[in-house]
Amino acid sequence: MGLLDLQGVTKSFGDTPVIRGIDLAIDEGSLTCLIGASGSGKSTLLRIMNLLEPIDEGAVLLDGQDISQPGLDPQPIRQRIGIVFQSYNLFPHMTAAENVMLAPRRIKHLSRAELQAPVTALFDRFGLTDRMDRYPDQLSGGQQQRVAILRALAMQPQIMLFDEITSALDPELVGEVLDVLRQLRDDGMTMVLATHEMGFARALADRVCFLDQGRIAEEGRPAQVFGNPRHERTRAFLHRVL
Amino acid sequence: MNRLLPVALACLAAGPALAQNDCAAGHTISEGTLTIATGNPAYSPWVLNDDPASGEGFEAAVAYAVAAEMGFAPDQVSWVRTSFDQAIQPGAKDFDLNMQQFSITPERDRMVDFSEPYYSSAMAVLTRASVVEAEDLSPDLDSLKGLLWGADANTTALPVLMALISPERDPRLYGDNTDVTAAMKAGQIDAALFDLPTALYLAAVALDDGVILGQFPSERSENPDRFGMLMPEGSALKPCVDAAITTLRENGTLAELEVKWLQDATGVPVID
Amino acid sequence: MRHTSQTRREIFETRQRRRANLLAAGSTAAVLLALVLLVPRAPGWDAVQRAFFDGQIFLDTLPGLARAFVLDVAIFAWCAPLIALLGLAAAIARGIRRPALTPLRLAAIAYIDIFRGLPVILVIYLVGFGIPGLGLPRPWNSPYLWGSVALVLVYSAYVAEVIRSGIESIHECQRAAALSLGLSEAHVMRDVILPQAVRRVVPANMNLLIALQKDVALLSFIGPVEIFRQAGVYKSLLANFTPYVGAALIFLAVTIPATRYADHLLARQQRARS
Repeated sequence: MGLLDLQGVTKSFGDTPVIRGIDLAIDEGSLTCLIGASGSGKSTLLRIMNLLEPIDEGAVLLDGQDISQPGLDPQPIRQRIGIVFQSYNLFPHMTAAENVMLAPRRIKHLSRAELQAPVTALFDRFGLTDRMDRYPDQLSGGQQQRVAILRALAMQPQIMLFDEITSALDPELVGEVLDVLRQLRDDGMTMVLATHEMGFARALADRVCFLDQGRIAEEGRPAQVFGNPRHERTRAFLHRVL
Repeated sequence: MNRLLPVALACLAAGPALAQNDCAAGHTISEGTLTIATGNPAYSPWVLNDDPASGEGFEAAVAYAVAAEMGFAPDQVSWVRTSFDQAIQPGAKDFDLNMQQFSITPERDRMVDFSEPYYSSAMAVLTRASVVEAEDLSPDLDSLKGLLWGADANTTALPVLMALISPERDPRLYGDNTDVTAAMKAGQIDAALFDLPTALYLAAVALDDGVILGQFPSERSENPDRFGMLMPEGSALKPCVDAAITTLRENGTLAELEVKWLQDATGVPVID
Repeated sequence: MRHTSQTRREIFETRQRRRANLLAAGSTAAVLLALVLLVPRAPGWDAVQRAFFDGQIFLDTLPGLARAFVLDVAIFAWCAPLIALLGLAAAIARGIRRPALTPLRLAAIAYIDIFRGLPVILVIYLVGFGIPGLGLPRPWNSPYLWGSVALVLVYSAYVAEVIRSGIESIHECQRAAALSLGLSEAHVMRDVILPQAVRRVVPANMNLLIALQKDVALLSFIGPVEIFRQAGVYKSLLANFTPYVGAALIFLAVTIPATRYADHLLARQQRARS
């Protein structure tokens, strides 16, 4: 059993099935990459893990606890699972530091003064110290996305979800964001990435899952999935994107 | 011959009238018709049932009397409605005479023409029985000063109120009689000053427990409220109207109409 | 560096600008000249001038009007903060998603629909005369109190609707991002949605404030002698409309700078963000 377990999860939007029975175990300290075409269900799967979408059937277990049962207060769960979106979604009316401090201030009831040192350290670690007091629209896309990652990290989650976080970036800014992921992986953070960065997935992932029409069509170590895909559809997809 | 006699008499009777008609000829906005404006709505006792053409009510009756003096038969009188502002605004008017309790003042006279007054009114204090009881009111100035006063802002009641009573608190002002009585019912004002006939009407009709506390004799006020017919500035009709009103006053018709349509006010005590 | 070293493009643009300025000045002058020359030639001008622009009456009545205007400002001053609070509360209640609080949401919808749909003067009459008519003792039946309540009720409904449109203009992603951090619905609204929404609707709310400043005059219908009523008294006594012109000028003296100041604040905010 992993840190996060998906068991027979299904999800429809209206009459359209989006996730059609997915079993997935995320091991502690692992980096899992979800690949697949647009609309294959990657983003929905991440939003399900963060309880932003309720599921129709199946269960999601965090540390053995069923977090998908209806009526459960999602707040404490979300605090343990961080998510970063493609479109950064920084709060535009707050500085970078205020964005990062908001959740600890409101949830852990820490003061700005108490947070100053740890948050500065966080910015230091990812080379953003001189951007702390800037507003989001004064930052580059890469910087915004890195701040968004810090914001999710500030609650010290057990697991981090990344939803195509480099897709909206200019190519020259992708590297600085991937560097952050690399650093997190070295720190032993449990991570799940929906991504189109096949090079990154191939080099760093512990496991790659190919999603196709709401199912996991193929999964395995990156060398196997990329080097010797078993499934015809995986081959076709990789042929298109590589 | 016999059949012709009534016709001849009618001609004789019409003779003087036709002669007087000359003074209005060519000066009315529509030839052969005297157009008179009243308020919208027009209130009793000035116009009964908001129907001036019935000739019932003091102003309606005076209007037909004046028209007859000027040589207009009842069916040659036409009625229109205007607000106060329409009556004084510059530009072409759609009435020859406007009659809605306009007080004659020198300032107003600069902008429009007034006829000779057809009525002089005393001012009266309208209040409610509950106020009289609560404040232990008596009709003297000292007990009136402490009241919270209201008045119709479009009348000359305000300057009279300030001059005669000079209340301790600033009076509250309203757009018409109805709003003054509404404020009185809501307990927002204690008393209001009106010309006597209006006060009588409101006490009887608009308020459940309306009381006329007293009246100010006209000699107490520096210029007693006198009502005149309003005409556009420089109206050519003015001499004709003035002559008619003067005749009606001198032959006692105005006094008769006053007795007939306005209640006898002697029952209201005089305020010292 | 020599200032004459303009590029051909700069020289061209300078010339264009000068031409545009000349044209603007010329056409403005022509219109003003036409107004000044032609309007007095209208056949009714003398009468209009006497009725609306009597210099002596203007000077005599202006101080009294200014004194009455203090009351307008005071009513505005105590209504505006209450409107901000009630408007905000109604906007939030209108957007509540929790099923248990549906009655609150329905009440907010009903309140906003009703008071947005009624003419201000009607509400002032109904509340200003009606509620005290129930038999409230002094000073609780004051027309100042209930007139202000009427203004607050109507304008809060307008403000609530404006703020709600601001809330709805905030992208759903902002909400998702805030929720994903583990923040409660209340904190998401307070810390993330509202600050952005309120900022976005500042111009619309400034327009409402200016409209409120003008609508304060409607309280005169239920007794308070503010500037509009004072002008009406002068008009009635003098049979002349000039006091209204004076009142209009006093209103403009406040509302035009207020509008300009709001524009200035907005521009500064825009500059600070870019």
